[in-house]
Amino acid sequence: MKKRFFAGGLTIMVMAAVLVGCGGGAADPVGEGEKENKSAEAGGSDELYVYNWGEYIDEDVITQFEEETGIRVIYDPFETNEEMYPIIEAGAVTYDAVCPSDYMIQKMIENDLLAEINFDNISNKDQIDPAYMEMSKAFDPENKFSVPYCWGTVGILYNTKRLEELGVEPPAKWADLWDERLSGEILMQDSVRDAFMVALKKDGFSMNSEDEGELRQAKDALISQKPLVQAYVIDQVRDKMIGGEAAVGVIYSGEMLYIQEEVASLGLDYTLEYVLPEEGTNLWLDCWVIPKNAKNKENAEKWIDFLCRPEIAKANFEYITYPTPNRGAFELLDEDLQNNKSVFPDIDSLVNCEVFRYLGDEVDSVYNDLWKEVKSN
Amino acid sequence: MSKKLLAAPYLIWMAGFIVIPLALIVYYGLTDRNGAFTVANVMSIAAPEHIKALRLSLGLSLASTVVCLLLAYPLAMILRNRGIGRGSFIVFIFILPMWMNFLLRTMAWQTLLEKNGVINGLLSFLHLPGQNLINTSGAIILGMVYNFLPFMVLPVYNVLCKIDDDTINAARDLGANGLQTFLRVWLPLSVPGIISGITMVFVPALTTFVISNLLGGSKILLIGNVIEQEFTRGSNWHLGSGLSLVLMIFILISMAVIAKYDKNGEGSAF
Amino acid sequence: MNRFLRFLRRTWQDFYLVLITIFLYAPIATMMVLSFNTSKSRTQWGGFTLRWYSEMFASRNIMAALHNTLLIALLSAAIATVIGVAACVAINSMGAAPKAIVMGITNIPMLNADIVTGISLMLAFIAFGISLGFKTILIAHITFNIPYVILSVMPKLKQTSRSTYEAAMDLGAGPVYAFFKVVFPDILPGVLSGFLLAFTMSLDDFIITHFTKGAGINTLSTLIYSEVRRGIRPSMYALSTVIFVAVLILLIITNFVPKKRTNKV
Repeated sequence: MKKRFFAGGLTIMVMAAVLVGCGGGAADPVGEGEKENKSAEAGGSDELYVYNWGEYIDEDVITQFEEETGIRVIYDPFETNEEMYPIIEAGAVTYDAVCPSDYMIQKMIENDLLAEINFDNISNKDQIDPAYMEMSKAFDPENKFSVPYCWGTVGILYNTKRLEELGVEPPAKWADLWDERLSGEILMQDSVRDAFMVALKKDGFSMNSEDEGELRQAKDALISQKPLVQAYVIDQVRDKMIGGEAAVGVIYSGEMLYIQEEVASLGLDYTLEYVLPEEGTNLWLDCWVIPKNAKNKENAEKWIDFLCRPEIAKANFEYITYPTPNRGAFELLDEDLQNNKSVFPDIDSLVNCEVFRYLGDEVDSVYNDLWKEVKSN
Repeated sequence: MSKKLLAAPYLIWMAGFIVIPLALIVYYGLTDRNGAFTVANVMSIAAPEHIKALRLSLGLSLASTVVCLLLAYPLAMILRNRGIGRGSFIVFIFILPMWMNFLLRTMAWQTLLEKNGVINGLLSFLHLPGQNLINTSGAIILGMVYNFLPFMVLPVYNVLCKIDDDTINAARDLGANGLQTFLRVWLPLSVPGIISGITMVFVPALTTFVISNLLGGSKILLIGNVIEQEFTRGSNWHLGSGLSLVLMIFILISMAVIAKYDKNGEGSAF
Repeated sequence: MNRFLRFLRRTWQDFYLVLITIFLYAPIATMMVLSFNTSKSRTQWGGFTLRWYSEMFASRNIMAALHNTLLIALLSAAIATVIGVAACVAINSMGAAPKAIVMGITNIPMLNADIVTGISLMLAFIAFGISLGFKTILIAHITFNIPYVILSVMPKLKQTSRSTYEAAMDLGAGPVYAFFKVVFPDILPGVLSGFLLAFTMSLDDFIITHFTKGAGINTLSTLIYSEVRRGIRPSMYALSTVIFVAVLILLIITNFVPKKRTNKV
């Protein structure tokens, strides 16, 4: 509708005319972009379409892969598993390598969206600690479809100084996120399963609950928490917490190293600490998979193999700072890091922790409807 | 004969990319996952969470439309009375911000409103208590007003410029006071511009999901957010299409209102 | 007394104009200032730097998005102009009823909500089996651009007189030659403004692009959206400053240099 009033605005248009002139000039220095578009149209075996979480790879690793193999990587980030799924399912964009989490991989396998990986092409597969291959059997029973990339937990990040100002003791459990004194100071995760995990765990339920009563109770808890929540965010938690926007935030474990370094380098007058809530939490594992409709499956296998290489996995770890399941990379690290329990927690010590399971389309839509109710309240 | 053939590319284009896509929305909106006919998707607008979102959207977009009108009318009036020409620099001062990318404009407000943002920084500099500005309905209304204000200023200004000074003087000569002139002359004559402005602010405000996402911290769910998420977070395209059909009803209503009050398109064109 | 009142009124009006101007420009000015700030903090001035600008120009993503944005805007405007002008000529010679139908459909993309247009196109691309990417954005932009071209050209075409065109034909010109020699110069302003209108609409679009874009491709709008959702980086402030200054310079040039052209319309 806004367009109606533009009609006839000649002065504006003359302005745009000049812009065209400028545009032509400005476009030249980036001729590369054009090549990109053209070859993307043509398709071919020297390409690889990668779909990964935001901020989840060292960009130099991509460049290195491109230089080494001559394969051009087209790289896109997604924010949540839920956002990734319809893209792959609709098939309007075909990706070759995707990095979803456990339960979403299960959903993709059950809905026949994944191709079996040819492990003959993944010579570095032995670098992955067998413990994680065992763990991934929960969603990929025969280890046919997925190669672990990163793992971690979900916990609470808090700003020590801000909590002191508010007179609130540091959180130790999920229930502390319902503390009225934290009004407007809480950052929650904006994805359905993560949000419900917090509410379910708080009341001692399984985060894979299918029980309608438990889910309703969780929904009511989330609604009652909503007035205290400053925002529902995903990747922004990190920057917002560093910027001192909120006192507590629900965050994936792996961001800690980066956050502590950033806080130190900015010379901030507060510290951020991470705590694993006592009620238990989500233990997650993100893996590389290859969608069935991938056009460059072999390139995807090269890619996965490349990422499993210890030096590469180490470089990646240093950038994204999420615990790596790669034994080779782990051994290359400093001893200090290896023993840093906030970076590499002992899996065995994680009591009450669970891995998300895919609960079927029907339960899925129950979760979605309840989440919508929370958001619209 | 051959002249009519020139329309062929356009007709094919329209059929392929306007008519068929809309037909697809209707198809998706009126079927379920198995392809069976249903009105459940459209009726689901009555579900509590959707009604809430729709009511909130209507409320916020109405509020921002009213604020836009209240800000824009005096502005247009002043500009017109000062005889500032249409091509003049001053008029463009007021529509220049519109030329910034829409997302950059919204981002600017995020920077200003955040807890550690510029406004709270200023407040604490003045030793005033910080305010909770971002992620509120107010922030969303502000974002809408800021983004859509020029869409209200221009049509009102255009229509005011068409009012002859003689008309005003005649009213004065006949003894009308300021208020009477305004109510009896200015206001009725500027109705086409006002209506045009209202719809140009109201429709994008009603259907937005960007402003509520960026300035609402995903806490505030508008009908546009519901539809966007049904598609991008993959729950249910049929439901999303059904809700889009409901949204189109509101758009049709505003089109009808425009057609009624602004027959000659005076309020729109320059 | 009267003079005093007038003075008061004028002062109040000036005050109001200034107030609105501040409201409109404060956010932009803030971003400009922050784009030169060494510190990432928004409330502390850490010193002057051009670092964010060099970061912006060095960023492959931002430059590629800028390139895509301009390329799509140019191509979609050009193609829409060709299709639109041809359609105008044909529509002009149609009977009343078909004309009304065609013009009715032409109005749809302009009056519809962007979100509905975007979703409908996405559904259509998926149904047609066209994989989302550069070409789907281009098609989408052409689709919403054609109506602007038609809207700008139609009135001009109605004003041209049929007799000059027929006279040219009588004098032995072919229909194509006659069109370009006689009709086209008359409608040129409309064609030009249609092209530019289409170009600008394409530049500013976010919502429709959001639904029709595919792998590895961003326009400036979609790039900014995903960046802002991840947390605002100072290089975004640099980008908005550059865009604002570019627009401002163009505005000044077009408003103050070619006075003759702008005053006509």
